Amino acid sequence: MNRRMFGRSLAVALVAGTTLLGAACAGEEPETPGGPVTITVNGMPPATDAVNRANFEADVKAFEAKYPNIKIDAKEGFMDPQQFATKLAGGQLEDVFYVYLTDPAALIAKRQVQDISAQLAEFPSIKDIKPDLMKVFTDSAGKVYGVPVANYSLGLVYNRTLFAKAGLDPASPPKTWEEVREAAKKITALGNGIVGYGDYSKNNTGGWHFTAEIYSIGGDVAVKDGDTWKAAFNNDKGKQVLQQLKDMRWTDDTMGQRQLLEWADLLQMMASGKLGMYVGSADNFPVIVNQYKAKYEDFGLGGIPGGQGTLGGGDGYMFKAGLSPEKIKAGLTWLSFKGGALDPSRIAADNEKAAAKGQPVGLPQPNIWTGDSLAKWEEATKKYANIPSENFGPFLATTTTIPLKLEPPLAQQIYAVLDTAMQKVLTDKNADVNALLADAEKQVNQILTAVK
Amino acid sequence: MTVIAPEQAASTARGSGGRDAASTGPGPARMARLRRKIGDNLQAYAFLAAGLLCFGLFSWWPLVKGIVLSFQQDNFVTDPIWVGFDNYRAVLDDPLFGTAWLNTLEFTGLALLFGFAVPFVMALVINEFRHAKGFFRFAVYLPVMLPPIVSVLLWQYFYDPGTGLFNAVLSGVGLPTSDWTQSPKMAMISLVLVSTWANMGGATIMYLAGLAGIPGELYEAAELDGASIWQRVRHVTIPQMRFIMLVLLLLQIVATMQVFIEPYQLTGTTNEETITVMVLIYRYAFTVNNDFGLAAAMSVLLFIVLGAFSAVYLRLTRKAD
Repeated sequence: MNRRMFGRSLAVALVAGTTLLGAACAGEEPETPGGPVTITVNGMPPATDAVNRANFEADVKAFEAKYPNIKIDAKEGFMDPQQFATKLAGGQLEDVFYVYLTDPAALIAKRQVQDISAQLAEFPSIKDIKPDLMKVFTDSAGKVYGVPVANYSLGLVYNRTLFAKAGLDPASPPKTWEEVREAAKKITALGNGIVGYGDYSKNNTGGWHFTAEIYSIGGDVAVKDGDTWKAAFNNDKGKQVLQQLKDMRWTDDTMGQRQLLEWADLLQMMASGKLGMYVGSADNFPVIVNQYKAKYEDFGLGGIPGGQGTLGGGDGYMFKAGLSPEKIKAGLTWLSFKGGALDPSRIAADNEKAAAKGQPVGLPQPNIWTGDSLAKWEEATKKYANIPSENFGPFLATTTTIPLKLEPPLAQQIYAVLDTAMQKVLTDKNADVNALLADAEKQVNQILTAVK
Repeated sequence: MTVIAPEQAASTARGSGGRDAASTGPGPARMARLRRKIGDNLQAYAFLAAGLLCFGLFSWWPLVKGIVLSFQQDNFVTDPIWVGFDNYRAVLDDPLFGTAWLNTLEFTGLALLFGFAVPFVMALVINEFRHAKGFFRFAVYLPVMLPPIVSVLLWQYFYDPGTGLFNAVLSGVGLPTSDWTQSPKMAMISLVLVSTWANMGGATIMYLAGLAGIPGELYEAAELDGASIWQRVRHVTIPQMRFIMLVLLLLQIVATMQVFIEPYQLTGTTNEETITVMVLIYRYAFTVNNDFGLAAAMSVLLFIVLGAFSAVYLRLTRKAD
């Protein structure tokens, strides 16, 4: 090939290549009616989480063998609020996608999700799911757009070993915030860099914990006022929360110097035996134990101090708007099969598998069931329990007495604002609690005008 | 409108067109020439098209979309609504607008103070070494090779007021410790230190390249004239390096005004002492406001400021040349 010929061929190849690239982006193939249904789902654990990834892949294989007409195209990742809008706009959102319990209301209002009420009728155990959780996925006309798969509520995570060393009773964690303050003093007094009580103030986790703490003393973050919402924390309850943190940080010096903490930080500190207490949930323990190599025996979970209400949340799956009835049914069948969601009879098998692989069984949560299904869940959990369940007894004792409260609307946006208040009281000795609350109230009211 | 007479037009065409315009022959011959001309340059056109396509698709189109978005309210799902200058008004009314710009300017000023001078001095020193020059070049450049988030996390450990390296060293030698990123006074300086450490390698290497290009005779002549080290730097090195210093200054200002990772990771997006323009854009889009229109409006303002700055700067440097 001479030089000119080569040049021309290269040019043609370039043009053809770019045209092909354009064509490739144009769209996906339509499904054949009556043929196998392929659904895209997310929630596949990353390859770095080897055990859960292997379990997931085995589940997909077993599922496809059992339902040869359904193909699962699984994607990694969960709900990422930062990517959701762009994924949806770009047509990249999975057919069946993971959500936090704070997401459904907005997605339903924006008509971004599909009504699945008709197909749900074929899954009888749905009636045993906690009604409060189903309500999250239901609109005012009673149409259902998704299903919960897990639920958590916050309590007090504590280090039993440090409790014993500090002369506190590991079987009886603090029940009020005054008791937390006193216990924190005793634990901090152990010295050696041990911190009595820890709290968050970064990447929205500060606002999240402020909310949990104000709920625990009977307060609120946002309340509905007629058709609109307004901030409800600039009052004595809000002041009590911030003042207690400020006093513990600066007067008692029981919260350590290191602040601006976010989710994993307190788990790490707890695992390393350097932290006495923090507000957290049962799902923290597998991370503390597996990722940071600690022992279940060292930790306990109590009810949320204050006990007037506990922040609860959880997750579920929703269905992309415009999905065909076949795909919805396929999605629900997959959710029933995977992890026992929608089908409690599969929980025992899952627990057996988890226990065999050294995964924890016997944690008090997540659990979405009532009635017969709850009985099945409890039986299956007890049978394969491989961790000291009695350490979670103080928490379990409160699950029926402390009311569960869900997060406020536009929770993440509100948390981002409340982070500032938490950050200030924990890093600035002269922080003005009243001014911080007033400023946050103004901003949160502004955010809440967007709630329809 | 000016009407050109036919003869005048022909003569203009001849005058400017040269060979082609002189032979205004019949259609087929002209077409053949045109075909040959296109054929001869097909390769160039194809490369040009591919380049234009890439730039258009990945640079210019998003830029135009960003400007359009700044006039819209858009959740990327329902049809966007035109809101005129509302987004700009809202951004300008935000009390954090001034804070973010002041913080950004403070960061840029401090980053230049450290980030402009330190690499230059470093390059001068390394250039004087007779041995292990390669090792020092590598050592200085090493932080640039680390992913930025890794550098920032490393410094997060250094800064930890409880168990961090810096406080351990300070208290070890009996000096008072600091809360670093958590202290309102030290937060910004802490961010600048990270940024300087992480980025100075690139600038140092460019200065070293510039230094290598200075003819040795100039130094020999200066030495013969009895110039001291400082005089050699002042009268030979700096004038010879002026151009590269000016370019790096511009690049550094443009880069430092877009600082994001350091405040995002070290002090969070809610810390008023360190909210920069980019952090505010992030807050508008992803946390507090969830409003891409507001974020786009703020981005356009940053773009205008940086664009105006670059234009003025280029003009000044051209005049100076």
